[in-house]
Amino acid sequence: MKFLDVTKDAVKNTARNKVRTSLTVVAIFIGAFTLTLTNSIGAGVSGYINDQIGSIGSPTIMTVSNPAEVVETEDEGPEVYEPDVETVPSNGFGLDVDVITEQDITAIEKIDNVEYVERTFTPRPTYIQADGSEKYVPSVNIASSVMIPDLTAGEPFTAESDEYEVIIPSTYVKALGFSTDAEAVGQTVTFGVTDYTFTDQTVEGKIVGVQNKSLFGDSVSLNNALSEELVSVQEQGQPVVPDDEKTYWTLIVHFSDTLSTDGQSQIKTDLENLGFEGSTVADQLGTINSVINGIIGVLNAFAVIALIAAGFGIVNTLLMSVQERTREIGLMKAMGMSGKKIYLLFSLEAVFIGFLGSALGAGAAIGLGTIISNVLSDTLLADLPGLTITLFTVPSVAGVIALVMFIAFLAGTIPAQRAAKQNPIDALRYE
Amino acid sequence: MVDIVISGKDIKKSYGSGEGRFDALKGVSVEIVRGETVAIVGKSGSGKSTLMHLLALLDEPDAGVISVLDNDAKKLKSNVLNKLRNETFGFVFQQFFLTPNATVLDNVILPLKIAGVSASERKRKGLDALRQLEMEDKADKKASTLSGGQKQRAVIARALVNSPTIIFADEPTGNLDTNTGTIVENILFDLNKEKGITLILVTHDEELAARCDRQIRVRDGLIIETTGSSS
Repeated sequence: MKFLDVTKDAVKNTARNKVRTSLTVVAIFIGAFTLTLTNSIGAGVSGYINDQIGSIGSPTIMTVSNPAEVVETEDEGPEVYEPDVETVPSNGFGLDVDVITEQDITAIEKIDNVEYVERTFTPRPTYIQADGSEKYVPSVNIASSVMIPDLTAGEPFTAESDEYEVIIPSTYVKALGFSTDAEAVGQTVTFGVTDYTFTDQTVEGKIVGVQNKSLFGDSVSLNNALSEELVSVQEQGQPVVPDDEKTYWTLIVHFSDTLSTDGQSQIKTDLENLGFEGSTVADQLGTINSVINGIIGVLNAFAVIALIAAGFGIVNTLLMSVQERTREIGLMKAMGMSGKKIYLLFSLEAVFIGFLGSALGAGAAIGLGTIISNVLSDTLLADLPGLTITLFTVPSVAGVIALVMFIAFLAGTIPAQRAAKQNPIDALRYE
Repeated sequence: MVDIVISGKDIKKSYGSGEGRFDALKGVSVEIVRGETVAIVGKSGSGKSTLMHLLALLDEPDAGVISVLDNDAKKLKSNVLNKLRNETFGFVFQQFFLTPNATVLDNVILPLKIAGVSASERKRKGLDALRQLEMEDKADKKASTLSGGQKQRAVIARALVNSPTIIFADEPTGNLDTNTGTIVENILFDLNKEKGITLILVTHDEELAARCDRQIRVRDGLIIETTGSSS
């Protein structure tokens, strides 16, 4: 018997007892539906988190700082600038930091696997102001030169531009007096800077983009040209310091992109021994990611349990089929059909039932998931723009269908074996 | 020289074990000559059906040797055995064994499908076989809609479709009324005459047995008499 004929017959046979087949399909449907949906939520959320990683730095760097207390940041928008209050502006990670000396850098450079140490000159603008708006205390993203921003309007920085460019978080848009994100793009903002002699100066920059509110607070990103300008203004009036006496707030340590997580942990341990704290982007996201992965894992486990239960449904359905078709199997064997082909016939029937249930389940999950996602992003999750709660990808949906078909195949082996082993005459005599 | 298609030497077969053991065949030897019609006659429980099943390689004997077309059945590999069953034998059963929800044509072409013949070739041969039995107009009907005689004709068409050397018929007229039974009998004997197909019948009907070239009478698992001749 040709494979194609066996397949056609297997498909046809599923329609023989429609009620029984439908019930089994429903059981599989439930499992496949749940699995597809939980997978898509996992993909959607981790996709969002990866976008967030992109917006705060590349995976081959580690920011190094002196451990310090975390400064509380407000949830909504920047704080209003009050000239009389002496504040240390926070950097993008909400950390208040101490200085790192050149001697420290020499020691850090000697750590294994550290490719090079980048000295960062942190611009400390005292306020940000748009035309006619109030002055606000900006928090500044220090790793902005390596970020891949998640923008709602405008463009990322142009590489090596001499213009002073700014990307503001979307929460700043209203405060700075713009009605929409798009309207803010192209506008000029003014930064206040205090130089070494406590003279207030200003530097202007052009908004080139507006960034989605991110999981890691809101911070203003500056391009290199603007950072350097702000730093040079800050240092005006400063007595000349020899290069080896300069100090830094933070450093960026670069390592190879092939370095293992163990190697990265070793760098961190070595930094700790020197009294510093190193953190990679993954560190900052680690907890969130592992919590989400845990939840998705539990949901997936439930779905797989449902699928295993459905697998027993397939076993049951096919055992009854084999029983009912005993004489037919005997006849086919008497006419020279091999045990292997009989086995294949019943296995394929199981696989087809699995395919029906999983394709329908996945289809329904995609439909419902898309609707839920659209509704949620307009209501509950409106505060997290850029988050698509369900993300359906071809490989993951195909993977679910393939997994279910495999489980169905496994479930079909017992009945198929029983059918294949039958002696033709015993089968023909069966009443 | 006589052309022996099937031979069985000292075949024994029993079912069950211990006190419930039943010896269906206690040492039987037969030879079937190409082109003859043979009736295996006996009462129920005599072992006649068991003998036919063994000769048709549907079952294995406990002892003795069965050869089909000079092949020792025991030594045949399963793929060769399947090919032999498919191409050499045709079966006609008392209970028909038609798949009720499939069309008559689909039922008839089952052996060809198993043999891996292409769909168009299957249809052509299937309709050919049905035409020989004047059943062509029923090809697309469901098997369950046929009358008893039509069912048995469909079964004969199925037995015929792969041009077998030997047709085994187990009580072919058992479920049919006398008139229809006679028609079916005539069809089977015509096939023997026109195509030279060897016919092995199992029956308890003496009239039917008498139409055959030879009669092998079985009682209590032994051959008690062989009458007629194969010439």
